[in-house]
Amino acid sequence: MTLEILSAGPLVSVQDRGRRGLRRFGVSAAGPMDAPAHALANALCGNPQDAAVLEFAGMGGQFRSDRPLRFAVTGGDCDISVDGTPLAPDESHRLEAGQVLKIGMLKNTAWGYLAVSGGIDTPLVMGARSTHLRFGLGGLCGRALKAGDRLPLGEESGADVLLRPAAPLPPPRFADPIRILLGPQDGYFAPHVLERLTRQDFTITAQRDRMASILDGPDMPAERGHDIVSDGTVPGAIQVPGSGRPMVLMAECQTTGGYPKIATVISADLSRLAQMPTGMRLRFAVVERTAAEAAARAQAASLAAVLKGLVTKQTVTLTSEFLLSCDLVGGIFDPEAVAPGNTPETTPGIVSGAEKKGET
Amino acid sequence: MTPVFHPFGDRALTVSLGEGIDVATNDAVIDLAAALEAQPFVGMEEVVPTYRSLLVVFDPLVIGGAEVEAQVAARLTETADRPGTRRRWHVPVCYGGAVALDLDDLCAEKKLGREELIALHSGAEYRVYMIGFAPGFAYLGGLPERLHTPRLQKPRQLVPAGAIGIGGQQASVNSVAGPSGWRFIGQTPLKAFDPAREEPFLFAAGDLIRFTPVTQEEFETLSRRLAAGEVVVVPEIVVPEGRE
Repeated sequence: MTLEILSAGPLVSVQDRGRRGLRRFGVSAAGPMDAPAHALANALCGNPQDAAVLEFAGMGGQFRSDRPLRFAVTGGDCDISVDGTPLAPDESHRLEAGQVLKIGMLKNTAWGYLAVSGGIDTPLVMGARSTHLRFGLGGLCGRALKAGDRLPLGEESGADVLLRPAAPLPPPRFADPIRILLGPQDGYFAPHVLERLTRQDFTITAQRDRMASILDGPDMPAERGHDIVSDGTVPGAIQVPGSGRPMVLMAECQTTGGYPKIATVISADLSRLAQMPTGMRLRFAVVERTAAEAAARAQAASLAAVLKGLVTKQTVTLTSEFLLSCDLVGGIFDPEAVAPGNTPETTPGIVSGAEKKGET
Repeated sequence: MTPVFHPFGDRALTVSLGEGIDVATNDAVIDLAAALEAQPFVGMEEVVPTYRSLLVVFDPLVIGGAEVEAQVAARLTETADRPGTRRRWHVPVCYGGAVALDLDDLCAEKKLGREELIALHSGAEYRVYMIGFAPGFAYLGGLPERLHTPRLQKPRQLVPAGAIGIGGQQASVNSVAGPSGWRFIGQTPLKAFDPAREEPFLFAAGDLIRFTPVTQEEFETLSRRLAAGEVVVVPEIVVPEGRE
């Protein structure tokens, strides 16, 4: 049971939620750049939240499975098709054995996710399947995927139904400021330099990957120097090396660093920053820690509501027995009987395969 | 010492226990890390001890930063009177050989004979101040001053795992193969990092390390035993000097 990569965008990797507890040994978590999109992709396929999916930067690729499965593409709008039939992102679809799934370029975002029912079943390495590209750990041989790769598929656990969110997902609010907490080393910067951080625009440059995203903007010299006694780092840290160009650390960042970290992107805004297309301008806004904590809770609650509110898609499976029972010539039939999915779609939760069969 | 708390976003904070790089500060950081790991507070995810500060990572959906500060401060008071033990590793090193690209240069530069340099390097006790940069890469303090050597201006592209290095005032055991500007004088058969091993990481912050010179023959024997899955080195448990 494998998923074959027929072609791959420049950076497609296996990612689950990442490794925990190894930062003290020099290994960062890795995991998704956009955790909510990763969670949605798994939920749409009926997978547990720690299942591994494929993350792609910009461009997806072409994929084929040797067993039927359900899949979902999340992270942003992009062209998706199965054997040439266009399909929508942010909902699950079927892929029959041998069919070709094509995923094109993300139109307004940077990181996309392809989840498949059962998940990608590459071996656990130190407790996770996530690919850590820099150290060559996890995923498939610790590297980005390429044409010809075959990935083992996991056992399906969810009900065999196709899902979508109860309401279309709102597009990311890129115009809103990215909220930050000052520190831990904001004291290395003079007050007038700290002011630049929130009063001037920064631009997402092409120098970005799973480790960090370098920003263009005003010069940010550190009054007390750009060398600190090395200390621990986390994703979201905005560190300022001697060049004066800030870089925001991301999922696969180093665990320790010797540059002052002027501020830290709050956890609720980090995936939005990660998703900004190259060239986009942004503003930072300083918030208090309690506000950041409230934002984390709000984001978790809104994601939980989306995942809990997934509804089964309207699907009509016309079996030959059913068609024979209909008066197809006279055109006289009960429309309710032809389209069992016509019932309002707001039914929350997931119906089981048995229930679905009963409907048709 | 008075802890200084710095918020680090909403998922972490840094507690700084001193300004510079010294044993007492680093010991306090490591003891605090150990106390938190032994009895984690609800919502704690991980701790990362570094030279003079501890990074504490937590889940903001479970606990707020202000409460984490209170929890950490309480552990600090508990650990003040109960210093921890340390592990001391005896790391076999074959000085010279293909990996020791800088041994002869360093001897010439420092006007030391090979044996003198080896005696200096293997006569000192090193301390793992922290792990970082690469999986299982230990930053070692305690390098004798005579052996302090600046890094190369242009890093070498590929230095193998196990290479024994000198970078400025620090010593190192390469944990993974990769580019490095450090100067290399030998190699250990031990693997500081092996993802397939039950305990993937050999060293932790606070460990003490002594290098034991071995011959090329002994190096090869040890390599074979390690490849067969044997454990060839077990650390001693010690109470560090001045901490009895």
